[in-house]
Amino acid sequence: MRVTFTVNGREQQADDVWEGESLLYVLRERMGLPGSKNACEQGECGSCTVRLDGVPVCACLVAAGQAEGREVVTVEGLGQEGLSAVQQAFVDAGAVQCGFCTPGLLVAADDLLERFPWPTAPSDDDIREGLSGNLCRCTGYEKILDAVRLAAARRGEGA
Amino acid sequence: MDFLRPAGWAEALAAKAEHPAAVPIAGGTDLMVEINFDHRRPERLLDLNRVAELQEWEVGADTVRLGASVPYARIVAELGGALPGLARAAHTVASPQIRNRGGVGGNLGTASPAGDAHPALLAAGAEVEAESVRGSRRIPVDEFFTGVKRNALAPDELIKWVHIKRATGPQEFAKVGTRNAMVIAVCAFGIALHPDTRTVRTGIGSAAPTPVRAAAAEEFLAAALAEGGFWDSGRALPPALAGQFAELAAGACNPVDDVRGSARYRRHAVGVMARRTLGWTWESYRRGAAGSTSGEGAA
Repeated sequence: MRVTFTVNGREQQADDVWEGESLLYVLRERMGLPGSKNACEQGECGSCTVRLDGVPVCACLVAAGQAEGREVVTVEGLGQEGLSAVQQAFVDAGAVQCGFCTPGLLVAADDLLERFPWPTAPSDDDIREGLSGNLCRCTGYEKILDAVRLAAARRGEGA
Repeated sequence: MDFLRPAGWAEALAAKAEHPAAVPIAGGTDLMVEINFDHRRPERLLDLNRVAELQEWEVGADTVRLGASVPYARIVAELGGALPGLARAAHTVASPQIRNRGGVGGNLGTASPAGDAHPALLAAGAEVEAESVRGSRRIPVDEFFTGVKRNALAPDELIKWVHIKRATGPQEFAKVGTRNAMVIAVCAFGIALHPDTRTVRTGIGSAAPTPVRAAAAEEFLAAALAEGGFWDSGRALPPALAGQFAELAAGACNPVDDVRGSARYRRHAVGVMARRTLGWTWESYRRGAAGSTSGEGAA
């Protein structure tokens, strides 16, 4: 089947999509957007997190046909011109090791900060809960928490 | 495979009537796992995301009419007042990403004994409204689960609404797992005090082939509360009473040993959760009773 939806602000189309295919597969294998990672394929790890009509979801659990006509934002859409603030904070805080979980964490962290607009700052509990659907096997999470705190604090500097 | 994409409810029912083996997909959080892992190859998928009513809810005087696809995240954010037990249960579902997609209709459709919504629905009191082109019917949630991952739906039926009794008293939900997020319940327990009818209802998850109520525990507690005048006095519950309630709740389990836990552990843990959640809800009821201006039930 043919599937058409908006990805990072641009309408994209894929043909010969198998009906049981996931949105993740279409993004990675048919649309050339490998930023969203494929790890567990069962919604456990969050490395495929994208926004579907603004809402963070596991792309591996959305059937491709369900995305028809909708708006998807992937990690590639976060920093359209250079790095986004959250991405920069991950770099500065040393929150990236192997990098496999990073795209999903960035999308989840971006959503988290949107839900706590400046001058509200998410508490540590808010951050932990906001990122609870994303697994990282390298960092032990401390640097990731640092990165989100940093990104939250920098919003006050107009950065 | 065929991907059916009805634009509305009537169209969805017609598609299900024509293709009873079509598998409905809403949040996809159960079904897509099975498809990704090649455990299931349905001939047809029936996408319900375009059916607007399924995303809606209405809080009535006595019941809440919850659309089958309302995601857990909305239940947590917006229905904590009317449906505190279900909102707490919804908050324990998986992760934010999953709570943004999954809903109660899918939980009921999958009918896993470990479904997080089920103990809360059993405790609150609920009816599942199933519809087909033949008409609609309401199935009490107590009769909905017919076996491991089996439910009372006919092949041509879809779940439209779940009618859940609005809380008239405190409700709690407890779940045992290895961490807070991304956990399939080792076992779970829901409790709802219903001061309006002076009854208590319960729900046990993941400790029997289906979600079940602890009927003997409920009856014992209702009788003990009535006999002791507890609803009016708002007195603290004697530990022996809570202990017996816990024992009866554990006795309602019929668990198995599996990778998540042993039968013995599950039975024990259900008893512990029953005692604790009874304690929490009763304390909350007492505080409410003490603060009430009706003159009744001051502690």
